[in-house]
Amino acid sequence: MSVYNSLDSITEELHKCMKCGNCMAVCPIYKETRQEVGVARGKISLVEYILSGEIEMTKGMGDRFSLCTTCMACNTNCPCGVRFDKIILAARAESVRKKGLHPVKKIAFTALKMQRAFDFGMKAGSVFQAVALKNIPNRHSKLARMRVDIGIGKEKVFPMLSKKTLRSELPEVITVKNPKMRVGFFTGCMINYFYTDIGRAIVEVLTENDIEVVIPKFQACCGIPASVNGDVTSARALAKRNLRAFERVGADALVVACSSGGTAWKHVFGELLENNPELKALADKWAKKSYDISEFLIHQVPFKKESLGRVARKVTYHDPCHLNRGQGISKEPRQILKSIPGVELIEMKEAGRCCGMAGSFSLVHPDLSVQISEYKTADIAQTLTDTVATGCPACRLQLQSGLENSRVDEEVLHTIQILAESYRAGTKERKNS
Amino acid sequence: MLAREALQELVQVLGAENVLTEQEDLLTYAYDATAAMKHHIPEVVVSPLSTEQVAEIVKIAIRHNVPIYPRGSGTNLSGGTIPIEGGIVLSMLNLNKILEVDQDNLTATVQPGVIIQALNEEASKCGLLYPPDPGTVTTATMGGSVSECSGGLRGLKYGVTKHYIMGLQLVLANGEIIRWGGKTVKNVTGYDLVALFTGAEGTLGIITEIIVKLIPAPETRKSILAVFDDVDKAGNAIAAIIRNKVIPATLEIMDNVTIQTVENFVHAGLPMDAEAVLLCEVDGYKEVVEREAVLVERILKEQGAVQVKIARDDKERDLLWLARRSALPALAQKRPTTVLEDATVPRSKIPDMLKAIRRIATKHNLQIATFGHAGDGNLHPTILTDERDLEEMKRVHLAVDEIFETAIALGGTLSGEHGIGIAKMKYLDWEFGEAGVAALRHIKEALDPNYLFNPGKIVRRD
Repeated sequence: MSVYNSLDSITEELHKCMKCGNCMAVCPIYKETRQEVGVARGKISLVEYILSGEIEMTKGMGDRFSLCTTCMACNTNCPCGVRFDKIILAARAESVRKKGLHPVKKIAFTALKMQRAFDFGMKAGSVFQAVALKNIPNRHSKLARMRVDIGIGKEKVFPMLSKKTLRSELPEVITVKNPKMRVGFFTGCMINYFYTDIGRAIVEVLTENDIEVVIPKFQACCGIPASVNGDVTSARALAKRNLRAFERVGADALVVACSSGGTAWKHVFGELLENNPELKALADKWAKKSYDISEFLIHQVPFKKESLGRVARKVTYHDPCHLNRGQGISKEPRQILKSIPGVELIEMKEAGRCCGMAGSFSLVHPDLSVQISEYKTADIAQTLTDTVATGCPACRLQLQSGLENSRVDEEVLHTIQILAESYRAGTKERKNS
Repeated sequence: MLAREALQELVQVLGAENVLTEQEDLLTYAYDATAAMKHHIPEVVVSPLSTEQVAEIVKIAIRHNVPIYPRGSGTNLSGGTIPIEGGIVLSMLNLNKILEVDQDNLTATVQPGVIIQALNEEASKCGLLYPPDPGTVTTATMGGSVSECSGGLRGLKYGVTKHYIMGLQLVLANGEIIRWGGKTVKNVTGYDLVALFTGAEGTLGIITEIIVKLIPAPETRKSILAVFDDVDKAGNAIAAIIRNKVIPATLEIMDNVTIQTVENFVHAGLPMDAEAVLLCEVDGYKEVVEREAVLVERILKEQGAVQVKIARDDKERDLLWLARRSALPALAQKRPTTVLEDATVPRSKIPDMLKAIRRIATKHNLQIATFGHAGDGNLHPTILTDERDLEEMKRVHLAVDEIFETAIALGGTLSGEHGIGIAKMKYLDWEFGEAGVAALRHIKEALDPNYLFNPGKIVRRD
């Protein structure tokens, strides 16, 4: 039984918790609020009271369950092996079943489902965004801040919406001479609408390695924003659409460049669709050949090193929670960075500490999100590097925002953007010599 | 029921943001880390930001006659923070400043909400150490560990929390703020009230500031692991090490049940049929550590250890400690409920205690694994069970009774480091007799006649 269907699915998980409170040592939210309800132990107790019938699900309970970035640091520190990530997802789904979805989230997730309307909205947004957003002078990328506070604070820095989405900018199939294999690229929303530069870098690196890339036009949002907030219906619809879109084009493997997308393809789709044998089989088939791009380049290709050129950067790497703890990928991006000539990798203090973005968490709890990001900004500043690499566009946004607000001059890039830069430098070096 | 006026007064003193009254929040202060303990929901949770606010809260509690339950991180193992009579939970977590590290006097002054690890990180910047290190060092607060007089792994050489508390600022049950002790090594002015309030489990006064003793951090350390095929041989080895004038910083023991569970869990390379494993760490100046390590190795072999391993570097040290560090997690994952006791005996009685625990386990058909701080006689018999199995829980309670009975018969004590709280109240007269329990009650009533502070803990009201 999956966590999305019933609270009963986590009964055993709850019984494992011995209330030792070790989760308090690592929870980024508890560090800020110092209230028991902020930490896993507190929310586990609430779910226990609900299951034992001592109290009923309330709207207030849903508010408390929103206090989690799902960073999974507590999982790692738990002596009893409690998977709190499962518990929180089940609790949120139950809260939505019993008390409904927050109205703002309802509108947002419905929009995600309506792909064309959403595309149109985003396109219109790219034209009219100047009305709401104010440009910030930044030498690395186009950033903006809200002109007025619409309830998410004015602290957050946003990347400007791209004039053209990645999927409209690139053809559906990008061919190469003598392809080694054909890879499907799941772009995810942030790369499609905001960070098209990451998307282009992924395609560049793959084609450089003689891989044909197919980007199905009708792929959708990964659905993680909906599933982590308990909107199982929307998440399920999106999972189906994605599976069908990729099934239609077919590919030897599927790559993603964001940690949510990876989590979705590897784990969540199968869990959401467990009651539909046909779709479940499809989800499992694709789960087996889904890879994060860094994992793919290290273990499946392996990527060409002889054509890499020099990139003079001092880089520190931030581990996205859902890539590191969620998928066990932390060595691969570092291996890629270390293989690039000229790149000096300098580790920050707590590379694996949550940046505080956590998708819609940062919109619902903007102040907490900013407080959490301040630790990250300070750790980055201490490294005296010029570049922060990471493997997730959502983290990139949060890191950029934090650094901008503290006036720390660092460029934030996806690991693969630096690799693409190195291939470009290599081509140039070869031309010049 | 808490009067509406009381609530209004609390909000006035603390601001609404520091007063929690919603059910969803209150429910999360109804328990602590103690296994198989009934929870109780408080009526309000308040988080003061200063000593003066604590005094104001106490005065409000006096006026409205509601109990106060002080709470740090709620990691104690005796029900010490459960608000058994409702009332006010006083969360000290926002009083979390390290006020000073004084290198000349080797002291630190901290607020009670400081996490022990945070103090150690600050002290280590000056090459100093605060030795008490309970298993909860990364989560427990200073206020909580002073109130429970926490022990930990370094008790044998460095002692426990009470050996490091030099001064306290407190709010008494009449709302007065007082200070006792300070930065002087010597202080015999009046009764030793710092000692009295240390380990009082928040039943006598509320700690609002703590002055602790720091020591120079040891230069280096060395770990040695020894495997025994006989519990008595391990017991003799412990005695022999001490007799040879070596005082290790830590001297830990794990029994056969623990070894098997750990080995299945982490594969640390321990023989499954070993009856006991000793893990010893010596620390200090490099030359001394080298000499002591060699000596300990020789003693362990002389006492019949079937295997002795010395860690040559930090990596090997971590490997040796892996088994010990994994003991509780490994046991905790075996069954849903983990009843962790801390009955303590003179260290010469460790083999007797281990054998008695095994007898008790067989008698009541229970899984009991024992590990703990052999060097200071503080064992952790750990009963692996399931709260939902009521019949088994009955046997668990009988076994716990017998463990305490045995510990006291061997010249030991009910609790080495977890405290009495609610969990061990009923056993007190076994150790003290009626007269002893009455004396405790007289002290409680002299300082807190109306049972305002943490009522229902340590002493029962008549």
